[in-house]
This record gives sequence, C-alpha cells and structure tokens, in this order.
Amino acid sequence: MQNRASSIEKSRLITRRVFMLAAAKLLLIGGITSRLYSLQISDREKYELLSDKNRIREWKTPPQRGFIVDHFNNILADNDRVFQVHLDLDQIKNFNNVIFKLKNILELSNNELKKIYREKERLKPWDTLVASDNLNWIQFSKLNLYLHELEGVKPVVSSSRFYPYKDSLVHVVGYVGAASQKDIERKDVIKENLVPGLKVGKSGIEYAKETQLIGRYGIKRYEVNSSGKRISQIDYIKETQGEKIKLTIDLEVQQLAQELLKGKAGSISAMDIYTGEIIAMASSPTYDPNKFTHGIGHKDWGEIRDDPLKPLVNKSIAGLYSPGSTFKPLVALAALEFGTIDPERPILCKGHKHPYELYGVKYHCWKKQGHGYMRLRNAIKQSCDIYFYEMARLLGVDRLAIIAKRYGLGSNILKDLYIDEKKGVVPNTLWKKNAIGKSWYLGETVINGIGQGYIQTTPLQLCLMTAQIANGGYKIKPHIIQDESINYESARFKIAKQFVNETADFSNDEKFLVDRDYKLYERLYRNPENIKFIKDAMFGSTNEQYGTSYKSRYDDLKYQYAGKTGTSQVKRITEEERKLDLDQSQIEYKNRDHALFIAFAPYKNPRYSISVLVEHGGSGSSGAAPLASKLIKKIIDRHSLREQIENGSTSLA
Amino acid sequence: MLTERLNTRNYSLFEKLKSVDYFLILIIILIGAISVFAIYSTERGEFSFYTKNHLLRLLVFFGMFLVLSFVRITFWYKNAYFFYAVCVSLLFITLFFGLMASGSRRWLDLYFLNLQPSEIMKIAIIVCFARYYHRIQTAEIQNYKFILVPLILLLIPCYLVLQQPDLGTSILIAGTGVIIIWLAGLNIKYFVYSALLLIVSLPFAVSLLKPYQKSRILTFFNPDRDPLGAGYQIIQSKIAIGSGGFFGKGFLKGTQSYLEFLPEKHTDFIFTLFSEEFGFIGSMMLLLLYILLIYRIISIGFYAKSFFSKLFCFGFASAIFLYIFVNISMVLGLLPIVGAPLPIMSYGGSSMLSIMLGLSIVMSCKIYSQDQISNY
Repeated sequence: MQNRASSIEKSRLITRRVFMLAAAKLLLIGGITSRLYSLQISDREKYELLSDKNRIREWKTPPQRGFIVDHFNNILADNDRVFQVHLDLDQIKNFNNVIFKLKNILELSNNELKKIYREKERLKPWDTLVASDNLNWIQFSKLNLYLHELEGVKPVVSSSRFYPYKDSLVHVVGYVGAASQKDIERKDVIKENLVPGLKVGKSGIEYAKETQLIGRYGIKRYEVNSSGKRISQIDYIKETQGEKIKLTIDLEVQQLAQELLKGKAGSISAMDIYTGEIIAMASSPTYDPNKFTHGIGHKDWGEIRDDPLKPLVNKSIAGLYSPGSTFKPLVALAALEFGTIDPERPILCKGHKHPYELYGVKYHCWKKQGHGYMRLRNAIKQSCDIYFYEMARLLGVDRLAIIAKRYGLGSNILKDLYIDEKKGVVPNTLWKKNAIGKSWYLGETVINGIGQGYIQTTPLQLCLMTAQIANGGYKIKPHIIQDESINYESARFKIAKQFVNETADFSNDEKFLVDRDYKLYERLYRNPENIKFIKDAMFGSTNEQYGTSYKSRYDDLKYQYAGKTGTSQVKRITEEERKLDLDQSQIEYKNRDHALFIAFAPYKNPRYSISVLVEHGGSGSSGAAPLASKLIKKIIDRHSLREQIENGSTSLA
Repeated sequence: MLTERLNTRNYSLFEKLKSVDYFLILIIILIGAISVFAIYSTERGEFSFYTKNHLLRLLVFFGMFLVLSFVRITFWYKNAYFFYAVCVSLLFITLFFGLMASGSRRWLDLYFLNLQPSEIMKIAIIVCFARYYHRIQTAEIQNYKFILVPLILLLIPCYLVLQQPDLGTSILIAGTGVIIIWLAGLNIKYFVYSALLLIVSLPFAVSLLKPYQKSRILTFFNPDRDPLGAGYQIIQSKIAIGSGGFFGKGFLKGTQSYLEFLPEKHTDFIFTLFSEEFGFIGSMMLLLLYILLIYRIISIGFYAKSFFSKLFCFGFASAIFLYIFVNISMVLGLLPIVGAPLPIMSYGGSSMLSIMLGLSIVMSCKIYSQDQISNY
C-alpha cells in the first residue's frame, strides 16, 4: 500500500517536473526563434552582403586601348597580344621559392629578379605583381607546363600597345607605360581602370586623350571557395575598347618627313591652309615608342635621354628658334599694312664694307658683296638684310608684333594636346618691360626685322603663319585630331563671307599689345593687295633667278610652290669671324646656323603650307629648302587621295 | 525471481499494432526525409557518397527501430545495468583501441560500422538511471547514499568520453544525467548548490581544457578575435543562416555551404545549410517537427504505467531537446562550438543508431504501456 502511495507521489512529482522542464524548453525555443529572427529577418541584408563577398571575387581585366589612326585609317597605335605572368601575392606562401622556380623556367635575368623584388616591396600583400610583361611564346608555354608547381602564379594573355610604324610618329602619338602613382592621381579614369599591369599614355595623344582612349575594364566574377580557389565563373563583363582617335596626319607624308630628317636634328610640319589639318609633324631625332611599352631598359633610356640632339623634345612645338629670314614676309606685310614703306622705294645694299649703321652699331647683310639697289619684292626674293633693317626701323617693333601675333606667332597652337608646347616670344616694348624690366632699344627692332633677337618661334608656328598668308590672310585653327565640323568647302565659304564684312580694325590689338582670341576665319589683313604682294614675292624667291630657293623649284605648275628661306644665327658673329668668312662646315656643329624654310603649295590655288627646320643645318637654301621641295611633291601627289577620303569614302586604306 | 516481480501480460499482435504510435513514426519519417535532402544538398545535388550512406543508414536504423519497438519494455528494464556496463566497457576499449581521427579517439571499428560508443552511452545512461530511480522511493531520493550512486554512474562515462577527448558528447551525457536526476525528484537545493560550485570551480576547469577548447570558448565570446581561425566557423555559419532570409535561397541554392565555407556541413552544421536554403520559414518548420517529436515522446510517457517507462520517455525527450538546443544554439552563435550533432538530421551512423535505439524504447513504452513493473 505504501508502495502504491509512493508510486503515485513519484508520478505526481515527475509530472510536475516535466511541466516545469517543458516550460523551460519553450523558453529556450523562444530564444532560438528570436535569434533566427534577428539573423534571418532583421539583419538579413547585412548577412546577404557578407555572403556575396564571401562567395564572389572579382578580377578586373585590362581595358582595351582605342586605336589611333591616320587620315587614311592606317592604324598608328595598335593593340597586340602579349603573354604575361601575374603573381597573386596573397596566394603565394613561399615567395622566394616561387621566384626561384620562375627564374629557372623563364630564365629571368638578375636585373629582372631585382625588379620583381623591388616591385614586391612597393605592393600590398594582396596585390597582384606583374612579374613579366612580355613573354615569348616558348616561355609562356613552358610556364603553363610547370604551372601546377607554382601556386599563385597566373599566366595571362593580355593586350598591349603596339606601334607598327615605330619611330615615325612618336612625337605626335606618344607612347604608353605602366601607370605610376602620378598617373593615378592625375585622372580618375585611370584610377577606375587600374588593373595590374595597366598601361597609360605618357606623352603625345596617348597622354592627352587618355580619357577617350583608355576604354573600360572588364570584370570576371568568380565563385570562390573558402581558400579563395576559383570554382566557376559567374559573370564576365567584357572589357570595352576605348574610342578610336582619328588624326589628320597622312602616314606616308609623315614617314617621308621623318625620313628626310634622318641623321639630322630638326622638324618638318605641314598643314592644310584652309582646314588647319596638320598633315605631318615630324621631329628628329626620334625613337621607338615600343621600347617604352614594357618598361624601357636602363641602357636604352640612357641613350635617348643623353642624346645631345634631344630626341625626347618634339621640336615642332617645343623647340624654340629664331625664325631668321622666314620672318621677313611678315615684316614686309606689317610695313605694307601700316603703310610705313613704299614698296617701290629702292634701298642700297653695299655689302660688308659698308654695313647698315645705327647709333654707331653696324648691321651686316648676309651677302658679302651686297645686293645693290633693292625694292621690296626683290628684297624678299633675295632676302636682303639691309632693306629689312631699314624697313623694321621705320615700322617699329610694336606694329610688327601686332602683325606677328595676328598670324599666330607667340601663342600656343596645340597646347590642349601637347603640354610641352612652347609659346615662343613675339617681343614688343611692353613685353620687354614686363619680362626683362628694361626699355626697348631701336637696335633690337632692327635685328627683329630679320628674325633675330628676342623673337622665338616654333616650327609649327611658322607653318601656321605661312598657311595664314597663303590662304589670303584668314585665321585658321590648326588641329591634329580629325574635326568633322571643319572641311575645305565650309572653310572657303566662311572665308568668302568674311570678305564682304567691313575692313579689319587693328585698334584692339594696338590697345593691349597682348594676346587676344581670334574667331575662326577672322580676317587678319587690312588690304588684300598686301597679302597678294607678299605671296608674289615668295613666288619670286623660289621661282625666279636670284631667288634664295631657286634651286629647289618645280617648273611643273602642279608642284610649283612659293617659299622663303631662313638662316638663323645661333651665335653672334664677331668681327674676326666675319673677316675669316668661314664656311658653315668649318664651324663647330653647335655654332652652325639653323636652316629654315617655309613654303606653300601649289602656288596657284594653294592648299598646303610647310615649314622645315634643320638645327645647325647651315643655310636655309641648301639645308632646308631641298627637304621641303621633296615633301611638297609627295603632299601634292597625295592630295587627290586625301580629298577622296574627305568626300566620304572613309575606308580607302 | 526477477520475472515474478514483473507484472506482465500477453499482448496479441493486433493489440500491439494498434497501440503503435503512427504519428511518431510519421514525424520520424518526415525528419528523416528532410535530412536526406539536406545531405543531398551538401553534395551539390549529387547522389553520391554521403547521401547514399545517409539514406542507407536511415533505412537500416529505421528498420531496426521498427523491430526493436516490439521488444518488451521489461527487457530494457531487466538489462538496463548490463547495457550500461557494456557501453562503459566499449568506452574503455575505445580509449585504447579506438580509431584515431583529427586528434581524438572516438570510434571503434566494427567492420560494417565505425561505432562511436559515446553516442550509445547517451541512451544507456537514460536507461540505467530510469532503472535506478524506478526502485527508489521519493523519500530515499534525497538520501546522500542514493545521490552518490547515480553521480558515480554518471561521472564514469563522462570522464571516459572526456578522455577521448570529446567535450561536446561528454557535456551532453552529463546534461542528460542531471536532467534525469532532476526529473526523478531530487530536491532543487542540490541543483542550486552544484550550480554555485560549478561557477566557483570554473576557473580551475578552464585550466584543464585543451588549448583548442579554450580558444573555442574564448572565440565564442568574441568571434572576431580570430575571424580566420577559431571564430571562422561561427562567423561563416551566421553568414550562411542570415543570408538565407525569410524564404531561404532555395533547395540546392545555398551558396555558403556549396562553396565549402561551412566546416563540417554534413554533421554539426547541417542546420546551417538547411536554414540557408529554406530560410526562417523552413527552420521554424523543422523546429516544429522536433517539438512535435518531443511532445509525442512526453505524452507517451504520461500514458505509460511504469515509472521506468515514464522516466525513460521524459528523460529521452529532454535529452533530444538538449541535443537540438545545443546544436542549433551552437550554429547560431549562441553557444560555443562543441561537437554536438542534430538528431536524425546530422550525418553519422552512431548518432543515428543512438536516436533510433532511444525511439524504439519509447515505442516499446507505448506498445507495452500497460506493463507494470514492480518497484521491488
């Protein structure tokens, strides 16, 4: 009986405790539920984000650079397939070991090894190191063979810049190199597209048009497991190619220009006098931009940098030279426009025995024996210095400066593309006071009259000046990137419209004596007859006997051109030297005169202007004019082809 | 002599079949089916090694469960101590001849199955205690003599399992034992005292822990302490569950477990995978199934006549709850990570065997609920 009672009591007790326990269990289940709720419902987004980050890893693929093509669609800057080795630093356990193996497989040099170690110091531990940029096929296939032994080593097929015409266009197109910290800070688009081994423009169009050229990186998204190993590709957003940039350059003309300058230091520029399209802009010496793409070697870089002829300088726009006699047409034009000279007034040039004298200072003509009596046309044709001394004295430097600036000297032309472009100097009294702090001397005006002294111009400015004389005196905008809005017909139309407008007013220019903006196709002259006079004088200079470039003329009307030579002194000629009367070849190279030549062609209905400069090339007639002559023939031969392209058939080449 | 004390009667087959708890069987089948799908998902929807093995075990042990359900409850009562003794001996043998895997010696190679005796011990301890308290009267329970005996019975397997080392299972066995002692009616003050004692001795206990166990516990309190090391599992598990959201990512679409971010996804972290793929809704459904399972076991206990049956049912129900609670809390980052499988769901033969064995005893309690077992 007692057992029974006990048993009942035990049952009661256990029932009570089971209920208590059940209550506790429910409480705990409530706890689990609320935890699940907080994880899966309240904080869901946070964990979803974490989950995606866990699972998906992105690899950026390098963007494809846009092509740079010439007027005929020849690809000047192409993309080539290259083989690279990338090292994922976070996946490499024993770096030294991997590098040792790589060294044996790829036969890397000690220098390359040093570079890799230096690079590793610079990078963060999760970055990707580009161990080699440009493997050959044998190295690449060998690497793939041994890949299983090399954890974290990634063979990559990438594209890289390739310049098929090597050194012909480096100053125009520029070159690319690995993006530096400075590049990244310079442009957001570089920062966005930054992938290991990204190449960006370092100079020229490549540098200036980075935003258009760079394209957009691609993304490869991979699912990865916990150790970062790729499982499958989820997504591949293909990289896009940058915009194609079409230049106004004619490859063949450019190549010829470069060829003509071979072995010399100098520049050749050619442009369309109506559209302002730059057909060629050569600078010599030059170098191969392909060397820079994969990091230029120490030796190569030293050679380029230390070359006394300065291949790195784009002489067409960054080389400053006294224009010498090529300035004379402009001096004459200024004198005619301001009416300070009667073109029919004869001035006697008596040679070195009786030089031009001003306040006791003697100014010599280049011709020892003298020219005799000269009128303006003849003075331009034979480039008589005495005539120009006198004419400049009468004109005054400020009036000369107004005309010089109107025709494009002393201001930037392509600054938006080439940051290394130099403005040069067109001196006037105000300029001297500001820049040097002294008053102007009349003697300085006199030597300015023959393009010496303070005046400094770039070859491209001279080319522009010539173009704007040749087109009848209208402002054009030189450009090297194709501009659809500018073509020959519209230019002629706008020029014709300008002609009926009221006469040009120089008062604005006079008032400030500083740079001002010009409208496109703005009239630059007062009297069209003056322009005609200058053009005719230049015709004489090339096509008539005693003309300074008579030897380089073409009798064929198709090629007939008008030009003006220039010989610019590098160093003041002392009395002793003048007495010695040395030939240019007897003078030390660095003291020899620069040879210059400007021209427009064909003489009838001119279309192109050209400027040639050969550093220390001696006289303009022997050192520069023959080069111009050869190039003019080429340009005119290719004129009809060029026109065809302009008339819409863009796929000729 | 023993037989005489057992008040038994004969049941016809029809009676037996009629009193089978079909609802319980249904729940087991449902959870079993879910577990197969979950394991299938860990293999990215391939019917290969783990899934095949799991399904095979499920079928074999479910069959075993059905057969053993008809074993008379008095059999278990009679052989309770023997069962306990066998398990302790197996644990002992395991310490010396067990299979070594990832730093611990937990398994016995039985050729057809790698048996984990500690899992069977989980059931043995309940059977043993149920038998022990069956014959003790309420008044005697508070007697020191009758407290000491179950404590020793409990400490022996706990110690042996701890030596393997297997902290998780050891804690689960200890927890199960303590709950049964509580259910049997030991005065509440003893539990309070022991809890206090435990807190006081905690620093000493910690010093006895293996370095990796310490690190696990430290990491539990601050998972970000070592996000790629010991905290890794907790963080990854939370990410997986959290990213599942309300409806889950869908069957076979769980990315975390699929991508091997989840450690031990087949076993201890199976709930994580399930929760990632089926979301809050799915997890709640699974929890509900488990609650129904526990409820069913408890209600069988209520209808059982013998105290042995009651105590076993209640004890086993509490043990199952404990396993579920520890496992889920662990993967949710509420408890430190100690190896504790989720009943039926987790991949593992011994765990499955142990649960099915327990369930078959519960079913036996149901079928032979009218069996009276004399106190003496």
